Amino acid sequence: MIQTTVNGKPQKLDVDPATPILWVLREQLGMTGTKFGCGVAQCGACTAHLDGQPIRSCSTPISEADGRQITTIEGLAGPEGALHPLQQAWIDAQVPQCGYCQSGQLMSAAALLRDTPKPSDDQIDAAMSGNICRCGTYERIRKAIKAAASGTER
Amino acid sequence: MNKWSRRGFIGAGVLTGGALVVGVAIRPGNAVDKLRGLVAGGEGEQLVNAWVKIDRDNTVTAIVPHCEMGQGAHTTLAQMLADELDADWAKVSVMQAPADGNYVVPDAARDFVAAWSLDAPKWLEPTYNGLFTQISKLGDVLVTGGSSSVRTTGQHTMRLAGAAARQMLVAAAAARWNVPASEIVAENSTLVHKASNKRGTYGEFAEAASQESMPQTPPLKDVSQYKLMGKGLQRLDIPAKVNGEALFGIDAQVPGQKLKYVAVKAPPVPGAKVEAINTATAKTMPGVREILNMGDFVAVVADGYWQAQMALNMVEPRYSRTEGDGLDSAKLSARFAKALDDAGDTGGTSLANEGDAPGALASAAKKVVAEYKVPFVAHAAMEPINCTAWVHDGKCEIWTSTQVPLMARSAVAKALEMSNDDVTVNQLYLGGAFGRRLESDYPVQAARVAKATGYPIKMIWSREEDTRQDFYRPADTSRFWGGLDGSGKPVSWNNAFTQLNGPDGSWDVSHYDVPNRTIRHAPADMHLRFGSLRSVDHSQQGFFVESFIDELAHAAGQDPFEYRRALLSKSPRHKAVLEKVAQMSGWGTPLPEGTGRGIALVKSFGTIVAEVAEVTLQDGKPRVTKVWCCADAGYVMNPDGFAAQMEGGIIYGLTTALYSGITLKDGSVEQSNFHDFQMVRMEDAPTVMVDVINGDSKVLGGAGEPSLPPLAPAVTNAIFAATGKRIRELPIAKHFA
Repeated sequence: MIQTTVNGKPQKLDVDPATPILWVLREQLGMTGTKFGCGVAQCGACTAHLDGQPIRSCSTPISEADGRQITTIEGLAGPEGALHPLQQAWIDAQVPQCGYCQSGQLMSAAALLRDTPKPSDDQIDAAMSGNICRCGTYERIRKAIKAAASGTER
Repeated sequence: MNKWSRRGFIGAGVLTGGALVVGVAIRPGNAVDKLRGLVAGGEGEQLVNAWVKIDRDNTVTAIVPHCEMGQGAHTTLAQMLADELDADWAKVSVMQAPADGNYVVPDAARDFVAAWSLDAPKWLEPTYNGLFTQISKLGDVLVTGGSSSVRTTGQHTMRLAGAAARQMLVAAAAARWNVPASEIVAENSTLVHKASNKRGTYGEFAEAASQESMPQTPPLKDVSQYKLMGKGLQRLDIPAKVNGEALFGIDAQVPGQKLKYVAVKAPPVPGAKVEAINTATAKTMPGVREILNMGDFVAVVADGYWQAQMALNMVEPRYSRTEGDGLDSAKLSARFAKALDDAGDTGGTSLANEGDAPGALASAAKKVVAEYKVPFVAHAAMEPINCTAWVHDGKCEIWTSTQVPLMARSAVAKALEMSNDDVTVNQLYLGGAFGRRLESDYPVQAARVAKATGYPIKMIWSREEDTRQDFYRPADTSRFWGGLDGSGKPVSWNNAFTQLNGPDGSWDVSHYDVPNRTIRHAPADMHLRFGSLRSVDHSQQGFFVESFIDELAHAAGQDPFEYRRALLSKSPRHKAVLEKVAQMSGWGTPLPEGTGRGIALVKSFGTIVAEVAEVTLQDGKPRVTKVWCCADAGYVMNPDGFAAQMEGGIIYGLTTALYSGITLKDGSVEQSNFHDFQMVRMEDAPTVMVDVINGDSKVLGGAGEPSLPPLAPAVTNAIFAATGKRIRELPIAKHFA
């Protein structure tokens, strides 16, 4: 039995401890905001936070989350549903196209801004280059991160 | 996105609760009444293409027949409808039209095109012929592709639906208020008669309007009257895409049912069969329910997807041998070379023949010969191929992300030997498609497994399967012979290549003044499955043609921009776009050593696009730092959405140009996942500047694809400017390894 916390809510999970966190979120908990992209930590679509650190949930077994806190895209907004500054910046800059990779992009960006409130271009590149977007929204992501960092999102 | 309830309705009428519903249909086979699609009575024979619903509470729902795969069609189509309706944009929402037999007849798709072809644009026919041949065979026309949603459905039906509904609302108000309809002003979902100081919302008149006769040819707005069209309205689907709520095919649930999960593996060589499987280990693994040899693939059904995939990895399949077994990339390339050798400089199927190209070449002052090559490319959409299916009580229900819901329905019905009416396709958001989801192999696979299990299943492909079982942009080789006169002007253009899939005319260079031209197709077979990949043939032809014209410019000792410009005397819109991008990019201003600019110009899907790429050599490798893009799509309905598509096509094109190379060994695709099939990432992404020219508001061009074709040649032309190295074979990265 794995005991973990997902977006602030305690969860007792009767699963194979080797199961990647991604599939526990999507299949056991029905939280489908976290996406499957490659299964080998190459694309970042499955990015979630474990104790605040970004992880590739497709390649991190649920056993690692025992006694720890998982945060997913569904938990990024504030308690009353107030959007995270990055979510608002994403809407303002009209970032998503197909939108499939954007949960992972937002979770990577949120971790970046928490540790580095005013990131440089190089710091943005370093933090975000693990997340692939096939629709090519990189430029708008960069713009949105900068807007959120400077508090100029609407 | 609203959910569809599956209750059918056809024509104009009133729904429970007093909602006015107007449907716009095209009558197949009736070319004279081409747009008399506003059907008043439903006999199930109309192709309904757009709907608008106006509820008593004054909300407007645009029901659109296209899928949303990131291109923004839902918003732009609703925007066009709402503008003609003079609706309050804040009260407009979008619903995905159902893939339901009540809405489309099994008439030939050809008639559907014929219905439009009188005043619609000539581009439609060739695009259709080239890109959608398979679909036309099946007659299932609910398609999202060919950069066509706005310029076909938007222009020809969404606007009509809005205008017709507006006129009916005005007529209803005129009757109730007993005033002339011409004195009623409709604005922001409100009807106003100033003289008598009367006003009412659309919702108040929705029910009464349903009793009005439907105008067959409602007048549409002139550009000067547009209120919403031409504005960069925010996309309606974006809020749900920043909080995890948006549901993609892979997120599908079957109401009231617990799903089992399926992992599949097809033979690595196309056409091979699964002769036997060894399940000894796999069947003992946790969660595994069934291991199925489906003949053309292996399926493992388990309680969870990860369990299914782990078990599948332990199944040892044995495959039959095929003719493709011995094939590799070098042999395929040799096959292409032989086809071109056999065709020589006059053979093959003639696609264009003006003047006497071989004769003009013989007497040319200077001759230029070049050969270009491109490899296979996989689509690699972020959402791996997947499909959820449930077969029960003689019916099959599908939940998936597809560009062709009706084609998927027919394909599943055929595979399961059911009637189309017994198959339902529920459409969810597409996590990218780029043409991959024009194919219906995966709904058929899932349906077959679901039939075998009897319980609902969700099939998910691994990334490896997605990469290796694609329908690929074909590899190709293209040869050119060019002749210049004494002043450097081209007098002969002779070109032959091996792959031709459409759209028609991707090889065309008639916008340039070249008096003698011959363009030929020398076909060569391949065993990988062909698929439409964003811009289809334009993807490689843009690279071929715009590389060669650049080589001619350099052979003539002239500036590549000025050289092209001088050849565009008959093509003023091309010229304007080219001049604009040159101005945007500061063409001709000095650059540091090791940095170069390249330019390219391609018209595809009705849109003319010129791009300039700036490339700098860093650690011996080319880095694309900036791209300028100018496009003339006739008239841009949503400038921000359009810019996003230009940006997206450029990044997609950059991945294709820099990295994408699917190679073959022993008949199988060698690449498997993002480590060996590389993508442009944030650190590689150039800054992109987009501007548009609205050159003709009557005939629109597409947005989803046209920025891709000029990108590869703009980059390779820039590499030449920066380094003197001419890249004649993609991907670029292999030359700088």
